[in-house]
Amino acid sequence: MVDRLIGRTGRRGSSATDLPREPESPADPTAAVWARVQLARNLHRPRTLELLALIAADFVELHGDRFFGDDPAIVAGLARIDGRRVVVVGQQKGAETDENIRRNFGMPHPEGYRKAMRVMELGERLGLPIVTFVDVPGAHPGADSEERGIAEAIARSIALMTRLRTPIVTVITGEGGSGGALAIAVGDVVLALENAVYSVISPEGCASILWRTPDQAPAAALAMRMTAADQLQLGVVDEVIPEPHNGAHTDHPATAAMVKAAVLRHLDALERRPLDELVEARYRRYRALGAFTTIDVEPAAIPERPGFTDRLRNLLGGATRAATGTGPNPARSYDEPPAREEV
Amino acid sequence: MPIKLPSFRQRRDTYPSDLWTQCPACQEMLFNKQLEKALRVCSNCGHHFRLSAPVRLNLLLDPDSFVEQDPGLQSLDPLGFVDLKAYPDRVAAAQATTGLRDAAVWGLGSIGGRQVVICVMDFSFMGGSMGSVVGEKVARSAEAALDRRVPLVIVSASGGARMQEGTLSLMQLVKTVAATERLRLAGVPLISVMSDPTTGGVFASFAALGDVNLAEPNALIGFAGARVSAGTIQGELPEGFQRSEFLFNHGFVDRVVHRSDLRDELIRLVALMAPEVPDASADNGNIPAFRPLSFLSALAERVIPESGEADRG
Ligand SMILES: [Zn+2]
Repeated sequence: MVDRLIGRTGRRGSSATDLPREPESPADPTAAVWARVQLARNLHRPRTLELLALIAADFVELHGDRFFGDDPAIVAGLARIDGRRVVVVGQQKGAETDENIRRNFGMPHPEGYRKAMRVMELGERLGLPIVTFVDVPGAHPGADSEERGIAEAIARSIALMTRLRTPIVTVITGEGGSGGALAIAVGDVVLALENAVYSVISPEGCASILWRTPDQAPAAALAMRMTAADQLQLGVVDEVIPEPHNGAHTDHPATAAMVKAAVLRHLDALERRPLDELVEARYRRYRALGAFTTIDVEPAAIPERPGFTDRLRNLLGGATRAATGTGPNPARSYDEPPAREEV
Repeated sequence: MPIKLPSFRQRRDTYPSDLWTQCPACQEMLFNKQLEKALRVCSNCGHHFRLSAPVRLNLLLDPDSFVEQDPGLQSLDPLGFVDLKAYPDRVAAAQATTGLRDAAVWGLGSIGGRQVVICVMDFSFMGGSMGSVVGEKVARSAEAALDRRVPLVIVSASGGARMQEGTLSLMQLVKTVAATERLRLAGVPLISVMSDPTTGGVFASFAALGDVNLAEPNALIGFAGARVSAGTIQGELPEGFQRSEFLFNHGFVDRVVHRSDLRDELIRLVALMAPEVPDASADNGNIPAFRPLSFLSALAERVIPESGEADRG
């Protein structure tokens, strides 16, 4: 028996391997995708605070994770949009250099995600829906981040969002960079601006590992199908919000108006659903994402003790060294640190 | 039961090449037979070599207790991904080398006579990377543990999410964590064992979220790649950065456990964390099936002490 699950694309009726390309793409699809990545990274795109200034009648920012500090790369607070009270969490870079440095180039530390969790839990307690705005190159990759448990913070935030008993609408507004984006991007509905991108690793990181040079980043960007349109086809994104003709950075008010309309429309629909059903549907949404098939096979026999298989692997993996002629530092040994699969 | 190995002289010119493995940590030449007897731990310096999934299962579970589930899950190529090699070719090569269908194996078994669900990853299959198949297996193992109300043990060995499946791999972080979160809320224990390496999207999902987190000594455990960390951020990395002991010192790992003690630790933990459960026949009747909707509506009541046992029927 073979079943084929590719996201939730069934209702869109296409296999992901024959995605239509952007109609307006130039002849070179790699260049077209790369141009879009640059657009998604444009520093003058509207981010959480710029959007809120245009769509929220009121916004009170809340600060601090109550454990360690306040992370300026993530903003969170209470807002009123079109008469509706909501909780907002989003990433924030600065359009100007000074502000961008202060906000650590939009790369959150663990305390940013812990602040997000605190405020989202507040939203659940107060019965307020949650709106998140995602635009992040990735979580901050430094030693301080690791010391304070960046992976644990991301994992726990994802876990929290899968079970919060309140509607969640997520908007990818720019760069959806891996786990650092996903930590605040688990929603009942995931929207993306037309020029936003979403990927499991930065194209530069992907190219460094698989092509062995960051110069191949445009090829990696194309291979990962990271544009909003591709993400829609994969079922990772539910709806693409159009941008003004020359991109969101050229017209903040028009962009904000379209974001606002889409968010309100989805909140209206989600708030009519019973909470049990809402949370179960969210679980099913993510449970269905993936692409695999089932082949009829016998379970493999588990060997009684380590032995032949391991030796064979060692041979094939170049791990076992001949006792003769092995230098003190083999250039590539079995146990060297791995090529990283993700950043 | 640590096995003490007799020290032996290197006889460089009398053995065929495949009988020796050089320890990457201390450069000692190790006799393969002895290395395997020592659970692939260097007798000279204690370096833990990586284990294949079958060997790991054999090490941890009671003899003959393992029943594999979903052995036929096979990855597709949802993006049509080609780098220097096409993704399906990479998968086929990994299958040929490892004898596995993907980078994780899950099933039912027992540890010290107690039933568990166990999911074990294998680094030699494409760096143990998590794509749709690994994510599905982890989620199914968590759902099975919830259904049976027996502890879930996950042994991680992974570089992170599998790039060749793009954001569908990223979505496995949500899929797996959503399932383990339901375990947590239902009071079913999750024991996360991190072996070398446990990094990226696997560490940033279920591996970090164990009720108890164990780590083998000196395993690489971290979120960002060390090269990335060092390259992106100026300044030197701290001593032992992203190693088990570093995680222990910063409060993210409960115990660093030598491989020779791992099974005994798990036996004790499982016995302490889970109530005595009737044997395997229990799952065809005695324990009510998990009904997500009724379960979720019961969540709000869980804070009230007297209804604490409500969801156990
Ligand atoms: Zn050694």
